[in-house]
Amino acid sequence: MNEEQDNNQPVSRQRRRFLVGSAQGGAAALFLSPLGNLGAAAPRKPASSEDIVSDARTPLPMTLEVNGKPHSLRLDTRMTLLDALRDEIGLTGTKKGCDHGQCGACTVLVDGRRELSCLTLAVAAQGREIQTIEGLANADGALHPMQQAFIEHDAFQCGYCTPGQILSAIGCVREGHADTPESIREFMSGNLCRCAAYPNIVAAVTQARQAMEE
Amino acid sequence: MQPFHYSRASSIPQALEIQAMAGQDRSRPGTAYLAGGTTLIDLMKLEVMRPQNVIDLRALSATHGAIGWDGTNLHLGAFASMAAVANHGDVIEHFPVIAQSLSLAASAQLRNMATLGGNVLQKTRCAYFRDPSWQACNRRTPGSGCAAIEGLNRQHAVLGTNDHCIASYPGDFAQALIALDATVTLSGPEGERRMPFAALHRQPQDRPDIETNLAPGEIITAFTVPAGPWTRRSLYLKVRDRQSYEFAVASAAVALEMNGRVVNEVRIALGGVATVPWRARDAESVLRGHTLDEARANRAAQAAFNGAVPRSHNAFKIALGQSTLVRALLDAASLEVSHG
Repeated sequence: MNEEQDNNQPVSRQRRRFLVGSAQGGAAALFLSPLGNLGAAAPRKPASSEDIVSDARTPLPMTLEVNGKPHSLRLDTRMTLLDALRDEIGLTGTKKGCDHGQCGACTVLVDGRRELSCLTLAVAAQGREIQTIEGLANADGALHPMQQAFIEHDAFQCGYCTPGQILSAIGCVREGHADTPESIREFMSGNLCRCAAYPNIVAAVTQARQAMEE
Repeated sequence: MQPFHYSRASSIPQALEIQAMAGQDRSRPGTAYLAGGTTLIDLMKLEVMRPQNVIDLRALSATHGAIGWDGTNLHLGAFASMAAVANHGDVIEHFPVIAQSLSLAASAQLRNMATLGGNVLQKTRCAYFRDPSWQACNRRTPGSGCAAIEGLNRQHAVLGTNDHCIASYPGDFAQALIALDATVTLSGPEGERRMPFAALHRQPQDRPDIETNLAPGEIITAFTVPAGPWTRRSLYLKVRDRQSYEFAVASAAVALEMNGRVVNEVRIALGGVATVPWRARDAESVLRGHTLDEARANRAAQAAFNGAVPRSHNAFKIALGQSTLVRALLDAASLEVSHG
């Protein structure tokens, strides 16, 4: 709530805080407008700029591209991509397990590769294509071959790890690491399943690999 | 997680400029470079790391992420991902120990995210370092003591320790680099410089929190690994509590040049057992010029652990580390290596 209030303060007060900040060191100018630093040259915006930030908690405007759609958001720099997907965009298919990069439940595809959304800052995911479990099926509702294979092989019990398993398995196939059961086990080891559906997961990935390569 | 100011840099000079300006602002101390984020974001969530400024360097993968093999040296951009290097054909063929050290580390997702530069700088997995509710940790809070020395220290180091810190260095890739006499290229406020990779990490001494010899603001931009007659006959053997996705309890990076059964040249580094990437030169001396059999490998392994200091729960690492090195040496000696 404080962030909202700060954001709504009159520009004159923001400006005063900015001037105090800049008197202490020029670094403020570069950190004020993170989005402005995307270009080759470091910008030095005038003090009247609207996106003045002296409190690091002030939400920043940003755009995330998820499943082919842009989402314009204002987020705390601390927010992970995982929390942005679930709590801000409303795509709760991506699951939070350990939140420390140890379980794989939060796996999404970023620029086509499997990565962990819990160890990715939302602000740092701008300009990258993010694909979640919600973006896998065709517009006509036809499931992705990996989704279909998980259903056909009963490759889950409680289902909590399943979205992460499926995204990770798609990455595994694309990387060329799904040729043998041994390779699937090794290259899927970053996705834990407390129900221990592993044999069925290996069978599903094996089937989907053939479908994806056809 | 503590609040921080976020900025992006699209070039090394820009990163250094932002870093310098942030360093002048005493109201918000602490600046961290962000690459893959797999260590930094984790430790920021735990509030073990609390930078007030974060400079995102991910865009540098476009300019400092190349992998090049010229027949003499392997050139690795520091912003290449672990996965890209582990899967690169030239690395697999000419420097198997490097490819294996990367592919046996972490998980596929983490290898897609993590960069080489960040990988070598990853922090220890010491549970007392990672949990700030433990007051005593010289690596986290200088002068506060070490909770591990009298605590649960099964995972801790037996080589390179002292009374200030016994935390083990957790990485794998660094062992391959130090074994093969790699050099590291750095860019900083004072310009560019190169140093032997072996000079990058610091043993704990009396300031375990100072983990490297990087100058403030310096960025690792590249690694260079020279090829030798031993680099193709090389491997990384990693012994873990489970088969995959786990840190080493003990590991060995080994490269051999054989003349029949006699060792012409050898390079050895050990992981999981030391406070820093650990070159085992004493073990190399035991092998050089001698027939490599199990007895000679055992003598080398004993030399490698001369001076090891066991604690209450990790004495097994001496025997396990020795067995790991013996097996790595004998496996490397029996490799079929073509010299086409």
